[in-house]
Amino acid sequence: MPKRIDLKKVLVIGSGPIVIGQAAEFDYSGTQALNTLKDEGIKTVLINSNPATIMTDTDIADKVYLEPLTCDFLKKVIIKERPDAILPTLGGQTALNLALTLSEDGFLEKENIELLGVNLETIKKAEDREEFKQLMLQMNEPIPESTTVNSAEEAKHFLKKNGLPLIIRPAFTLGGAGGGIANSEKEFFNILNTGISSSPINQCLIEKSIAGFKEIEYEIIRDKNDNCIVVCNMENIDPVGIHTGDSIVVAPSQTLSDKDHQLLRDVSLKLVRELKIEGGCNVQLALDPNSFEYYIIEVNPRVSRSSALASKATGYPIAQVATLISLGYTLDEIINPITKNTYACFEPALDYIVTKIPRWPFDKFHSADRRLGTQMMATGEVMAIGRTFEESFLKAIRGLEIKRDHIDYDKLTHVQTNELIQKVQNPTDERIFELGELLRRQVSVQELHSLTKIDLWFLNKIRNIISIESELKNQYLNKEILLRAKKHGFSDSYISRIKNLDENKLRNIRKEHSIIPIYKMVDTCSAEFESKTPYFYSTYETENESTKLNEESVIVLGSGPIRIGQGVEFDYATVHCIKAIKELGKKAIVINNNPETVSTDFNISDKLYFEAVTFEDVMNVIELEEPIGVICQFGGQTAINLIERLEKAGVRVLGSSFNSTDLSENRERFEKELTNLDIAQPLGSMASSTNSALEKAQKLGYPLMLRPSYVIGGQAMQIVYSDQELENYMKYSLDVWPNQPVLIDRYMIGVEVEVDAICDGENVFIPGIMEHIERSGVHSGDSFAVYPPQNLSNEIKNNLIDITTRISIKFKIIGLVNIQFIVKKNKVYVLEVNPRSSRTVPFLSKVTKFKMANIATKAILGRSLKSQGLKPGLQAESDMISIKAPVFSFTKLKNVDSALGPEMKSTGEAMGRDKTIQKALNKAFKSAGIDFPLYGTVLVTVADKHKSEVLPMLKRFTNCGFKLMATPGTAKFLESNNLKSQLTQKINFQTRNLIDEIKDGNVQLIINTITKGKNVESDGYIMRKTAVENGVICMTSLDTTMALLEAIELFSLDAIHI
Amino acid sequence: MDSKAYLYFENGSLYEANSFGYKIDKPYLSEIVFNTSMQGYQEILTDPSYCSQSLVMTYPSIGNYGINLEDNESITPHIKTLIVKDYCKDPSNFRSRLTLQSFLQNNQVHGLSNLDTRSITKLIRSIGSSKIVISNNLLNTHDLNELFLKELETNQVSKVSTKSTLHFSNSTGPRVVIIDYGYKKNILESLIERNCDVSIVPFNTTFEEIMSLSPSGVVLSNGPGDPNSIKDCAETIQKLQTKIPIFGICMGHQLFAIANGAKTEKMVFGNRGANHPVKNLTSNKIYLTSQNHGYCVSKKSVQNTELETTEVNLNDGTIEGLKHKKLPCFSVQYHPESAPGPNDTKFLFDLFINNLKGV
Repeated sequence: MPKRIDLKKVLVIGSGPIVIGQAAEFDYSGTQALNTLKDEGIKTVLINSNPATIMTDTDIADKVYLEPLTCDFLKKVIIKERPDAILPTLGGQTALNLALTLSEDGFLEKENIELLGVNLETIKKAEDREEFKQLMLQMNEPIPESTTVNSAEEAKHFLKKNGLPLIIRPAFTLGGAGGGIANSEKEFFNILNTGISSSPINQCLIEKSIAGFKEIEYEIIRDKNDNCIVVCNMENIDPVGIHTGDSIVVAPSQTLSDKDHQLLRDVSLKLVRELKIEGGCNVQLALDPNSFEYYIIEVNPRVSRSSALASKATGYPIAQVATLISLGYTLDEIINPITKNTYACFEPALDYIVTKIPRWPFDKFHSADRRLGTQMMATGEVMAIGRTFEESFLKAIRGLEIKRDHIDYDKLTHVQTNELIQKVQNPTDERIFELGELLRRQVSVQELHSLTKIDLWFLNKIRNIISIESELKNQYLNKEILLRAKKHGFSDSYISRIKNLDENKLRNIRKEHSIIPIYKMVDTCSAEFESKTPYFYSTYETENESTKLNEESVIVLGSGPIRIGQGVEFDYATVHCIKAIKELGKKAIVINNNPETVSTDFNISDKLYFEAVTFEDVMNVIELEEPIGVICQFGGQTAINLIERLEKAGVRVLGSSFNSTDLSENRERFEKELTNLDIAQPLGSMASSTNSALEKAQKLGYPLMLRPSYVIGGQAMQIVYSDQELENYMKYSLDVWPNQPVLIDRYMIGVEVEVDAICDGENVFIPGIMEHIERSGVHSGDSFAVYPPQNLSNEIKNNLIDITTRISIKFKIIGLVNIQFIVKKNKVYVLEVNPRSSRTVPFLSKVTKFKMANIATKAILGRSLKSQGLKPGLQAESDMISIKAPVFSFTKLKNVDSALGPEMKSTGEAMGRDKTIQKALNKAFKSAGIDFPLYGTVLVTVADKHKSEVLPMLKRFTNCGFKLMATPGTAKFLESNNLKSQLTQKINFQTRNLIDEIKDGNVQLIINTITKGKNVESDGYIMRKTAVENGVICMTSLDTTMALLEAIELFSLDAIHI
Repeated sequence: MDSKAYLYFENGSLYEANSFGYKIDKPYLSEIVFNTSMQGYQEILTDPSYCSQSLVMTYPSIGNYGINLEDNESITPHIKTLIVKDYCKDPSNFRSRLTLQSFLQNNQVHGLSNLDTRSITKLIRSIGSSKIVISNNLLNTHDLNELFLKELETNQVSKVSTKSTLHFSNSTGPRVVIIDYGYKKNILESLIERNCDVSIVPFNTTFEEIMSLSPSGVVLSNGPGDPNSIKDCAETIQKLQTKIPIFGICMGHQLFAIANGAKTEKMVFGNRGANHPVKNLTSNKIYLTSQNHGYCVSKKSVQNTELETTEVNLNDGTIEGLKHKKLPCFSVQYHPESAPGPNDTKFLFDLFINNLKGV
């Protein structure tokens, strides 16, 4: 059956800003969908508020609306564009929910717009817990037995019938607060009572616990003819109990016999058929490791994070096929784009093993509760491919960018065995390292299995790694053991570390023994059919399938897993770099290991190496491909950190060289250069020991801003006010980054300004200047940025242009540079220079319409700015105002302080764009998911030094109709300034205090500037935590508060009496 | 430590491997084929259709869930060699009773490991299923040529077929005879599940002997090798189809075609795996099927016969299903009994049972 011809224009809904649980995978699937629609000759319209995505490029969709993903804005876009249909299944839960709401309120029917790929009934059946339960009962398929109770008495019967352990889930509490798993009767009633009281409707769901079952996922595609296939099955190494997004996952399943597999395959297909899903779908199941008993955990009736992983793991483009199906094609009409001579209607056969490991943000959030459970906390993930499990597992670990090159962690060697045994039972992100350490101490796999329920197969494989490790340690390094270690995924850096060799020396020994990796192709069919896909992974075997390209090629390094500080923005720039290389007629080769992203789509580059971005793995590819050079500046700090070693190894790094990087990072050289250029900077210094730091602090004076050198995203950046705080900081930093001196700067308060520029060695091109709403002290990644700047005089702007130009030339920048400034009392100070693509490049590219990464790549490859038709200096400013807003994931993490500071905490960004600053702010807040109140009560707890500043704002709030609430000290101050407020008590007050007011919904907005810091027990922290848990907006910066007020005032009706 | 073994192709390609199954004491000749199933190695190993062949599993880690007591498709394996990238020494599954290695050793199946199986697969793909020599030591050209000059076995069916009639009955359901060219146990199970009274007879059982069992229908089983090596069996089928419904599977399908005047041909490297899409020409539906065959019914030869093509392979277009235009007889090239592989086409057994009821 051919495709439908009645569809001329389709609206695609994106997934919005990156938050935990909804990351770059939807840029990948959305981009694939839009490209597919375009290839089919259909006009495309996209709405997505996230500027840092490839899908929002104007050459991907025909029309792009960078507007808030709310019903109001969506309706406006629909009315304006009049699409024939909406495709809502490729933008995550956000898109699906929006489409549902529009459908439910009758809008779509009224406007005669069809939803493609889903129907309402299906979504409800799949996503509503009660309807899903009913459907399962009706189909006679097992789900974990459960009941809802309102009292302990009611629960007794269920307990008696099912026995322990049981899971208690209080109804309508955020993040499952108040629930848990009970293993004893006492525990059961304890949790139940807390659960009932914490639930606003005093209700709990009690569920039979299947923790310890194998967790297996099936990725399924179905078409309208009821053809149904399994693209991939995946097995979680962590059994049921840990969210699949936080689990280490392998593909295909390793411990299932064909009977087990077919049992689960049959039930998955049956479900998808019953739900009549047309397109991609994910089914999660739990299988008893000791019988054929299974349970259905859930069904996701859309393309998901798992489908992105399955696509990269198999080569099968799920989003593309799902899109074609939504247009009316059937699976037997769609050609398999990998082999090009077979059809999409088949089940991929893998001849390798894939491992995915989540990337958690705990390196940023030291105080966070790291225990893994039913709430996902990872911001990103890495994937690795190998011909043995050990190989793929160790490759994944070394690609995580957590400073680990092996399954070992020196800090654990000091931990007592008993303590480690406790730890592995309460899994955190560090469990794999703890398991490694326990196996090293001869704890049996049987014991570890009974402690963790991790399948013996995986534990035996890890034990195998440990035994090769001990052979390596105890023997002379001969060819045989070296080859065996390499076949099992051991990294050069680990082997050289334990053998006390320089890594380069080991590399040479390896080559002398002809132990060099070969590359195998990912072809969906285990070589059964010929395939020309340029998608490769390394392994140590005989036949190499990747031959050096004949044409001139350039290698581009990707940015690895998404984490706070290095998000999808870097993948965006990487993709643009690849496209620019191709435009210049050269071949682009990409190395990256992030399965969620567009850059690892095999269609994007001329050749994709799915490898970790480490020195060893990158050098191996370079030695095979012999490119004209390597571009590092788009891959964030991951790639930048390799420049020095690559240059030393004789590789031609294209663009700014190590010298530029070192000039920017080496404090002494940096200072000297700026002084020579007569450019002001906050006084600063550098220290490699606590004593020297104290000495330097003496000279500079507090407050001071501290950060380790060569670290991105303000990681571990802190403002300190005393010697004591400085000493604590130094101890911590030197512990975590032993070889990286700490940068010590005077902390200067002023307006923060940021510039991204491109230099070709002669001229400097500045697309635009961004002004931050928050003054210095809040990390630039967490600040609202405004383009064009609203408060800078022409004189200041000229000054910024002059400084940017002079620095770029002097630092020998080739390509992109990002410079951060502070403007104080009409004077410009340079804070830092980053000789690479920055987080703001996508935003600035979108709002200025200059494709910065493209221009920069061409400059790097020798095309001068002038020859590209670009005029140096600052470009004419747009009259539209664009604001980049940070987006946070605090609701997903426990024990993380939401107060803003110099260390970056946001996971994503959104934007607002309009003709006035107020309107743009309104959109920016809404895009960022801040649904601000227009009336209600503002709770004010501000530090004394902020009181006079906050006063006029509070007056404006009351003018808009807000009431104020304050603790005694602030209330008194307000009263003396003629502002009435309702009195509430501080937290330590025994009876009713401000926490109760927040919980009871009596507060709609909080302004809080006190007790910031690392102490998680502080009053401020508890209040902010309560605000996050109860969905109350909490402002910790007065500048953001002012911006919010401006947006609120836009809506405030001002009734003026005569 | 595993001892070394060598795998020679006629074109000169040589792969060095470790020997991990039954000890290789002298060089031997066999045919090499590959299978792309990611699970189901126990069923594959014990599928009599692999009789005398050397099989490459393309999935790199084999033996993960061990060997259990239930999943054998025949009492003993007839396969000559199992070739894997890596075999699992510490299997894990609640049903596992034995490691893959012990199973191979106990059943005199040779095993090769630690070689580039993907490279071998690509070689087979380009030159086709072909003769190989496996040896425990390096061979000189003369000895090697001697071995390659030998013919491959052609009498596999008589090797694997039952020597006497077996009877499985605990029901009063329809009586079905399986003609055993090398049947897989799950064909029997699928019939028993549907309440059939089943007799299994040797491949060369005569028409009269079969009819004396008064069956309601006959299943022609799968089996090893070239269907033309047992061409005589087609005559029996010709007689049977006029009397009772027939259901042919794999080699049974090929013999059913030969019985009706069609011809079979050798494929380049055959279809072996659990992911082969088959299109039903009536419903246009696609089924994922389990396959294991090196021969197929040639398309042209079906024209001008009483046969009608009901299903084709979506990828290579080969014939996957045939039915008689007038008689209640049909056959499929793939394995509806799965084991291993998808259960998508189990319903064919119900169709067959329905045909029986029509008698």
